Amino acid sequence: MTAIRSRARAKGLARRYWDCRYLVVLMAPGMLYFIVFKYIPIYGLTIAFKDYNFADGILKSPWVGLDVFRELFASPSFWEVFRNTVVIASLTFAFGFPAPIILALLLNEVRSARFKKTVQTISYLPYFVSWVILGGLFLQFLSPSSGPVNYVIKALGGEPIFFLGDARWFRGVLVATGIWKSAGWGSIIYLAALSSIDSELYEAAEIDGAGRWAKMRSITLPSLAPVITIMLILATGQLVEDNFDQVFNMYNVAVYSVGDVLSTYMYRSGLEDMEYSLATAMGLFKNVLAFAIVLLSNAISKRINEFGIW
Amino acid sequence: MGRIGSTRRKSGSPDAFGAINGAFMVLLCACTLYPFLFIVASSLSSFNASAGGLSLIPRSFTTDNFARVLSDQLIYSGFENTIVRTVLGTGLSLIAVFALAYPLSKKYFPNRGFWTALIALTMFFSGGLIPTYLLVRGVGLVDSPWSLVLPELVSAYNLVIVRNYMQTIPDSLEESARIDGANDIAILFRIILPICKPIIATIALWVAVWHWNAWFDCLIYITKPAGEVLQLVMRRIVIQGSDQLTEMLGRGMAMQQDEYITPEGLKAATILVTTFPILCAYPFIQKYFVKGVMLGSIKG
Repeated sequence: MTAIRSRARAKGLARRYWDCRYLVVLMAPGMLYFIVFKYIPIYGLTIAFKDYNFADGILKSPWVGLDVFRELFASPSFWEVFRNTVVIASLTFAFGFPAPIILALLLNEVRSARFKKTVQTISYLPYFVSWVILGGLFLQFLSPSSGPVNYVIKALGGEPIFFLGDARWFRGVLVATGIWKSAGWGSIIYLAALSSIDSELYEAAEIDGAGRWAKMRSITLPSLAPVITIMLILATGQLVEDNFDQVFNMYNVAVYSVGDVLSTYMYRSGLEDMEYSLATAMGLFKNVLAFAIVLLSNAISKRINEFGIW
Repeated sequence: MGRIGSTRRKSGSPDAFGAINGAFMVLLCACTLYPFLFIVASSLSSFNASAGGLSLIPRSFTTDNFARVLSDQLIYSGFENTIVRTVLGTGLSLIAVFALAYPLSKKYFPNRGFWTALIALTMFFSGGLIPTYLLVRGVGLVDSPWSLVLPELVSAYNLVIVRNYMQTIPDSLEESARIDGANDIAILFRIILPICKPIIATIALWVAVWHWNAWFDCLIYITKPAGEVLQLVMRRIVIQGSDQLTEMLGRGMAMQQDEYITPEGLKAATILVTTFPILCAYPFIQKYFVKGVMLGSIKG
């Protein structure tokens, strides 16, 4: 009975695929792409549990259980890199997260529509320029010998600072240039939320005698709260992430002790030192951690705000 | 009466806060633009201007920096490789995204949820750097321009956005064509794609800018300098200060006395040559990008 039913269902399914055979043909190459270029690499993660060697390849390299992870966690350089990642990400989060919100709030107070549009257009610009170019640009701009920043420092009687080569300054430069590049672009989403606030609310508050601060506290911020919460949850996932493009194009051996992060270390150990299993284990560790943090912050947000992404 | 008057004054004339805010905005724009303008000035200056200073007006104006950068062979091959990957990558990516999104937007497509989930899952889980690298090398794409196009052919995120857009198209539009005997593919081309024009433009721009700025895949998959994209050629000259830079500095020495050319000026010119196309396109593409952010955020 069940056999007949399931056969009938199977036949029905085949029939349904046949009915939209043109769609199947249309979709097949794209699905093949996902299987080859996305799912095979996911299977390739198994080399984090293997002792990968060229001769045997991914499939035949011998399994070693958790040995690679043990080696990774026993390595002091891994923990240094991990600490750098967390410190830089926390600084980026602490300063970088509020920046677009503040920018959006201030832009929202600009009355001239034309001026506002000009400021927006200019502030979005760095988002379109890659970190390769910006790395080169800041190398020039922050140069201790010919850069304008050090020109000002010298003119004020200070000693020139080698911003990109001095371990005391490097993290600050990463955070500052990160905000410089992305705060404008990040403000778009908040501006959209601000523009959807009913202006009658403000008018009513004004009639009640509310000042700028009162309006911001009781109308603007509560209206932004859902967007801020979503962005906050997404941002926590970035706490173990790092901006590879930025760090890779700005760091150098002199600042490895403070600036080398998981992804740059992974790149060097994987593609320069050919430690494939070790680098894969590092990547897997980072992804799992990031995913767990997002799930956790989502759960916390649900408990506090009764609101989450999932 | 008085209350209405005061409200009008508040929203009409600038107050102290407005003035400070306006000044802050001007300062912000200055901080954003100054580094770019400084590079422009430095690229047009000879040695005494690169020695430091804040001025944005090039002193002892020269176009020699550009002349030397533009006489470098790798800059041209870089441009060519970047254009090839951008055109090829954007074209193929559009075809693949729309070919996938259309079936997945159809409610009657069998196991639609499963296929969609299979794709959406790749937004959260990926093999990462090394497994992807081993795959690309394994299928023999190293040193082929396809290595810059195929591995990131379809972004699951773009696909979901296009599918959602297609789902908002009412079925009734297709029905008359279906009665006339048109098949799914004919309907896609005759009815769906013309309606999708705005989203096609948005996705095309996203992918094109992504390709124009991409460099890391080229760093790991392309081993020959002649195959490098512009961003990477620029990186080697400016960040790594390669032999190419030394060669540029020395070029023309035999012909004339020009020790006034400095590495700073040459690097600045290289940065500008690389950035110029994106700066030119920026005013036109910016608004489509802003629209795109909204598109993504409505569902997210």
